[in-house]
Amino acid sequence: MSATDATTTTSSASGAGAKGMIGTFTSRYASVLPTFAAITILIALLAGAEIYFGNFLTGRNMSALLLDNAYLMVLAVGMTFVIVTAGIDLSVGSVMAFTGIFGASLFASGVPFVIVIPVMLLSGVAIGLLIGVLVQYFNVQPFIASLAGLFLGRGLAYVVSLQSIRVEDPVLLWLGSTRFTLGDFYIAPTGVIALLTVIVGALVMHFTRFGRTVYAVGGSEQSARLMGLNVARTKVMVYVISGLCGGLAGLVLTAYTGSGYPRNGIGTELDVIAVVVIGGTLLSGGRGYVLGSMIGVFVFGTINTIINFMGAEQSWTHIIVGALLLLFIVVQRAIVARSDRSR
Amino acid sequence: MPADTEVQPIVEMRGITIAFPGVLALDGVDFRLIPGEIHSLMGENGAGKSTLIKALTGVYAIDSGTIAVSGSERRFEATADAQAAGISTVYQEVNLCANLSVGENVMLGHEKRGRAGIDWRATHSEAERHLAGLGLRLDSRSELGSHSIAIQQLIAIARAMVLDAKVLILDEPTSSLDRGEVEQLFAVIRDLRDSGVAILFVSHFLDQVYEISDRITVLRNGQLVGEHLAADLPKDALVAEMIGRELEDLAAISDRADREIDRTGTPIVKATGLGKRGMLEPADLEVYDGEVVGLAGLLGSGRTELVRLLYGADRAETGEVAVDGTSVRIHSPRHAIDHGIAFSSEDRRGEGVVADLTVAENMILGIQARRGWLRRVSKAEQDAVVAEYMEALGVRPADPHVPIGNLSGGNQQKVLLARWLATAPELLILDEPTRGIDVGAKADIQRKVAELSEKGLSVIFISSELEEVLRLAQRVIVLRDRKAVGELDAHEVDLDGLVDYIAHSEEGSVSR
Amino acid sequence: MRILRHRLFWPAAALVTLLVVNTIANPNFARITIRDGQLYGNPITILRDSAPLMLVALGMTLVIATRGIDLSVGAIMAVSGAVALTIIDDSPNPGSVGTVVVAVIVAVVVGLVLGVWNGFLVSVIGIQPIIATLVLMLAGRGVALLITGGEITTVNSAPYKFIASGYLIILPIAFFIWVAAVVVVSMLERRTALGMLTESVGINPEASRLAGVRSRGIIWSAYIASGVLAGIAGVIYASNTMAADANSAGYLIELYAILAVVLGGTSLMGGKFSIAGTVIGVMTVQALEKAILFLGVPPAQAPVFFAVVVVVVVLLQAPRVHAWGRAAGRRMGVGAKPRTDDRKEVAA
Repeated sequence: MSATDATTTTSSASGAGAKGMIGTFTSRYASVLPTFAAITILIALLAGAEIYFGNFLTGRNMSALLLDNAYLMVLAVGMTFVIVTAGIDLSVGSVMAFTGIFGASLFASGVPFVIVIPVMLLSGVAIGLLIGVLVQYFNVQPFIASLAGLFLGRGLAYVVSLQSIRVEDPVLLWLGSTRFTLGDFYIAPTGVIALLTVIVGALVMHFTRFGRTVYAVGGSEQSARLMGLNVARTKVMVYVISGLCGGLAGLVLTAYTGSGYPRNGIGTELDVIAVVVIGGTLLSGGRGYVLGSMIGVFVFGTINTIINFMGAEQSWTHIIVGALLLLFIVVQRAIVARSDRSR
Repeated sequence: MPADTEVQPIVEMRGITIAFPGVLALDGVDFRLIPGEIHSLMGENGAGKSTLIKALTGVYAIDSGTIAVSGSERRFEATADAQAAGISTVYQEVNLCANLSVGENVMLGHEKRGRAGIDWRATHSEAERHLAGLGLRLDSRSELGSHSIAIQQLIAIARAMVLDAKVLILDEPTSSLDRGEVEQLFAVIRDLRDSGVAILFVSHFLDQVYEISDRITVLRNGQLVGEHLAADLPKDALVAEMIGRELEDLAAISDRADREIDRTGTPIVKATGLGKRGMLEPADLEVYDGEVVGLAGLLGSGRTELVRLLYGADRAETGEVAVDGTSVRIHSPRHAIDHGIAFSSEDRRGEGVVADLTVAENMILGIQARRGWLRRVSKAEQDAVVAEYMEALGVRPADPHVPIGNLSGGNQQKVLLARWLATAPELLILDEPTRGIDVGAKADIQRKVAELSEKGLSVIFISSELEEVLRLAQRVIVLRDRKAVGELDAHEVDLDGLVDYIAHSEEGSVSR
Repeated sequence: MRILRHRLFWPAAALVTLLVVNTIANPNFARITIRDGQLYGNPITILRDSAPLMLVALGMTLVIATRGIDLSVGAIMAVSGAVALTIIDDSPNPGSVGTVVVAVIVAVVVGLVLGVWNGFLVSVIGIQPIIATLVLMLAGRGVALLITGGEITTVNSAPYKFIASGYLIILPIAFFIWVAAVVVVSMLERRTALGMLTESVGINPEASRLAGVRSRGIIWSAYIASGVLAGIAGVIYASNTMAADANSAGYLIELYAILAVVLGGTSLMGGKFSIAGTVIGVMTVQALEKAILFLGVPPAQAPVFFAVVVVVVVLLQAPRVHAWGRAAGRRMGVGAKPRTDDRKEVAA
């Protein structure tokens, strides 16, 4: 947009007609476009699969999509906060493994769930806090700080146990195995937790000053600081939130599998990053939506399911997700390049 | 309406001292702001204006001195502290978030909240109310990045109003605005002044300063020179206070530059219709053997853009370039270098020095890049380059093996000059080579340019200090609003004439 | 030279300390025995086993110097190992030297191609290095799994096995391979101007561009080198296990390699790099692994120790900690210190 646009801004805002509407739309909602692209891809995948297989869009399948990917969705919410500030958190997979096995071992030694569940969440918070403090107060790059978190979580998981631990606690089993049904559709408490996480995450991002500061920090950290916003607290908090989500995902996964396993979530951090990016969050920060990340999870899950249906190698999942990730990054790059030029 | 010095100042800074490694940026400066007046802070680049502002806004910690707001002493640890004390700033490079909406930028941190978090409807209408107060009718929900810099600047002021600022600092707010936008901004500023806000205004446009100011404080080399009522300070007295003794030292240089250039032959470099949308309207430029061509114009006038296009730092969309009469295509700095053109950027830190490499490595970087990675500049060659330029340019410290980042700005600039001279260019483009460096280094660099051009090197010289341009150049091209608007013979124009030309060359009248 | 020594002093001191502690804790650690004219013992094992990490870390050093990062090295190792073993497995004569030579060359070329791909995404398309290489990190193992058909291909080929476990004169072949790689890379970087130009691009890309440096080619070459070296590392790893395991080959090696580079004193912010430092860093990581083993800690729990090491190392590099050190020295308040960075920028 050039100088002419600036001088006509006053009129274009109130200006009617199709052109005015398009102008208003693009000036307001340009950042939603990548997420729309993700929705389009999801619809195309689902429609394509339904046409190809004929029995894809069933209640069972769709319900399983949420159930199987509930832990991923929880992690994606936390990761969205981090990436919107232009950070990254590599620790989520191993934090999930650690809190999962830690919880399982506490359950196994008879500790009641009212203690175990908060302990699981708090251990995730502790690792997130460590990463956040390293990033904010010691100028450590997020990549490296969260790498330390990754090592720490994975190692601690093995310190707790080298083998998987079965969980017999009735509350946890209830979380994992209960099915609320509606016709063909069903949802487990873990699925409810995942959806609630998404909703709370989206509300915090959109309707709190903290959430808006997250966006401001991602847009321009220096500006945010000069505007008098509390940048330091915000940057620490996003890693704490991601750690909390890691703990919650540990709970969800333990409930889903009925056991804790120290090898859970190896490489999951990459899946989560991929899912968040596919959902329309810019890795350079400042743009992205929690709801978009949810769409990203569904895209990921759908690709997985389709490959299952085709009886193809599971390894195709990662190849396709990798290709999709590349596609989205190139598209984002083009968008950013265009908006840079327009200034 | 101002001038009553009996009124208690809202801001009183006393004995402010801030030292950076190697530079005393502020040396015991006193400064005060009185409610209901517009106070301009004047000084050349490097005089300490922006450092003083950053001390007042909590960006820098002060080494000694006191800051009192409304009579009580304050210690600002962060911008938020200054804002809480009622001090808001609008920077030249708008410090807002381009990824957020206009309304959010106005209200960020002060959003209207309902029971369920932020009430966006109320927040946006509040934002629109503040914007309307400044005469802006904008879609509060549109993205900030979709608006021009001028509009963003006004949005930043609207934000300051939300913060209920008692002191508003405007740091070079007009540098990228056109005349109409400046009028709009000034009207807003006057309204604010009349409502009792103390305004600190910084600009290098003298006319604008006199148009708007009630009071003027002048800084030079980190020290306070004087505080005056604008009405009591004639323009030439102001310029004299800003520039100081420097003129006398440099008189000799201007004698050297005062010579005739033979413009009958083929120009070394001739650009025709060089332009790019949004950067520069097609412009022509010729440089002859041994000639220094000055580019004059305000920041954002297109002077930097013109040389960047010529050098291939940005790719031109239109126009042709001929070197020694042969038409050439310059798409990247490499091409320019291959044709004997060298360019030293105005952004020394971002686009000039490679901070962690040594002085010697920085000096040979140009030659090395030209040769490619396979043929390394040998130790002996490197020593020869270092020996030739360290002494000739007076680089201090004279140790070629320290990282260049440890040198002062003036010495870094000398090393960069050496980098380009070592490539034996035919045309040397210097964009603001004297910005933010000490007086001695300024003189050294100007002397060197005069000496080199006397020996036949062609130079394009850009400086916002017009005295320098007039001192060194034989011919001056004037740019305004991203357009080359005229060409002057440097012998036939004085400073006032040039300033006048930059301001008015085409428009019939400009408000004073 | 004085600066160089200074840069490597702390990394070297850390390594020496670790070795001394290991030796004191377990005198067997330093014992070297001679059998059939070949050396054996823990130090020799470290020298041999460090080959894959050393090769990967070498490439990583160059990439980090350009301000980049290569997350895909582990995946490239998996692919190249899978390629080599599949070629040998499919050949009618797995034991012949010719087959092995072809397999190794093809595997390394595959590594090169993948490096070209990464470099293309970063230097031509302009994608952030973390993300550009994340693509291959995700997809690479999938490709390796496809090559091996999802199984763990085991082969029997004496010449191939020789690469990782054979001896040349008195020392392991793998040791000579990494020493050769270190020498070649050092010569390439320091005898030509590549090293200096790489640092220049890493420190200030825009200034380098305006100075006429062809940064695209230089950045690209770093990723290609990283790909080739990861390819060789994959060949050695596969030769060690004689089984193409697409999931565990090179698992987490990118992180260990980054750790080794940082331990060697090369900043993740790019710019100045030290190959000697990386060699020390790799040795430190290997010695630490051995030390953890000697302490009776299950290998799986080793990451806790690495986490501690990472934290300690980054804290030692943190400006705030340096400021604390200075402040402690001068007994001054720390209130103003967090802002020293801003000041440096302006003063520069």
